[in-house]
Amino acid sequence: MPSSVTPLSNVTPPSNATRPSNVTPPLIDVRDLRFQYEDGTAALQGITFRLEAGETVALLGANGSGKTTFVLHLNGLLSGKGRVEVCGLAVEPRNLAAIRRKIGLVFQDSESQLFMPTVLEDVAFGPLNHGLSPHDAIHRATAALERVGMSAAADKAPYHLSAGEKKRVAIAGILAMDPEILILDEPTTFLDPIGQRALAELLANLPQAKILVTHDIPFARAICTRAVFFQNGTIAAAGSVEELVTRFGWDFALEPAKSKP
Amino acid sequence: MHHVVLERWSRGASPIHRRDPRAKLAALLVFLVVLATAHRSLPALALALFVLLSAALLWARLPLMGALTRACIVLPFTLVFAAAAWLSGDAARGLALLLKSYLSALAVLLVVSTTALPVLLRGLEMTGAPRFLLMVAQFLYRYLFVISEEGQHMRKAAVSRGASVGGMVGNGARFRAAAGALAVLFARSYGRAGDIHRAMLARGFLGHFQPLFVLRFQTRDAAFAVLASLAPVLLRAAVERAL
Repeated sequence: MPSSVTPLSNVTPPSNATRPSNVTPPLIDVRDLRFQYEDGTAALQGITFRLEAGETVALLGANGSGKTTFVLHLNGLLSGKGRVEVCGLAVEPRNLAAIRRKIGLVFQDSESQLFMPTVLEDVAFGPLNHGLSPHDAIHRATAALERVGMSAAADKAPYHLSAGEKKRVAIAGILAMDPEILILDEPTTFLDPIGQRALAELLANLPQAKILVTHDIPFARAICTRAVFFQNGTIAAAGSVEELVTRFGWDFALEPAKSKP
Repeated sequence: MHHVVLERWSRGASPIHRRDPRAKLAALLVFLVVLATAHRSLPALALALFVLLSAALLWARLPLMGALTRACIVLPFTLVFAAAAWLSGDAARGLALLLKSYLSALAVLLVVSTTALPVLLRGLEMTGAPRFLLMVAQFLYRYLFVISEEGQHMRKAAVSRGASVGGMVGNGARFRAAAGALAVLFARSYGRAGDIHRAMLARGFLGHFQPLFVLRFQTRDAAFAVLASLAPVLLRAAVERAL
């Protein structure tokens, strides 16, 4: 990503301007979603959630509260009880191909997301699967790598990259698919402060609706239009990032660290 | 992370690296047939083919000793059968088995060290190899990295807590700990493999890899295929005529 970036605090959340689309809101409509893992853990206990066009929503909450499990339901990687619709399509086997064109999911562990022999091939993997010609897929992949500042790594093997570089390539792999909705699970993990600011700027300027699963409160405050707080597999509250972190006692994460005498 | 040496070698830029995989596969096939059907003057022919492969390795700018050593990976398997032949009184057959298996491995190594795996698989696919088999090969390749990476993570974690890998012989507790670590390694790798599969599905994977590049078989690929195929045939003819 470019090194000339503004401070995170100066990044402004996007307005509700939407990109041209023939899809009517809400983009995501989840009703009473419940899911239990095979070991009996009730990970989701009645989630109801909507994402409108142009929104950027932070999913906050403690580890194990159900945030990642929830987003894995949005493109059919997990399947629970309840109603999940994406762009008017029910998340069920016959719609999965179309839904996965509309949702780009950046996984928490970018090691898992990079599996092709070179960075360029990995970023082009999604566009190729979505029917683009090799020429167009390379064009998309090159442009996406440019956006995240990883053009120079196009011919490298992903295994050679640092953790932060892998994260940026994983994000490029999703941007290359040009989805309607972006879901990013802990996007700032492994990114240095400059990389975090650049990512915040990049996301703030993207027209897609976004869901961010994050513990990075300043990052969420910088780019999210609203937030929901997960607790024990339920959405305990919704509001602005400031309201929620204050209500749940996470506001210390917004304060600058104080040095001890 | 360290990576497989062959993967690095296959990303070279020598004239052999630039050839179409189908040309290399055709030459490899001819080489293997010439070697497998040779009976007369085998030690001399083996020496001639060894020199030919060594020259090709140098032309491909690969480390000669490294490649020759890696081709020995087949010897533990063939040594068993060679020993059985030798014990049954047929020492010549045992020697032939060793020579043929080593040279075959070296020839295959030369091809996979000068052709990136996706290109090689694409070449195989275009020559009619079953797509399912090729996909298994590609996944196997990726998951070897997974196991390697997980193993390195675990090793670092163990060493940083004072573990040592030496001295397992005769030390039951250490052996059990190593066996347990191996089980955990495979469990972790299995979990990681599931994550990778989910990430592939999330990006629209529908069961087969779409090629990013188009292979074009050019005149110089055809020339390479002809010359590289003729070389072992002519060598064999020359050796058999001379002896």
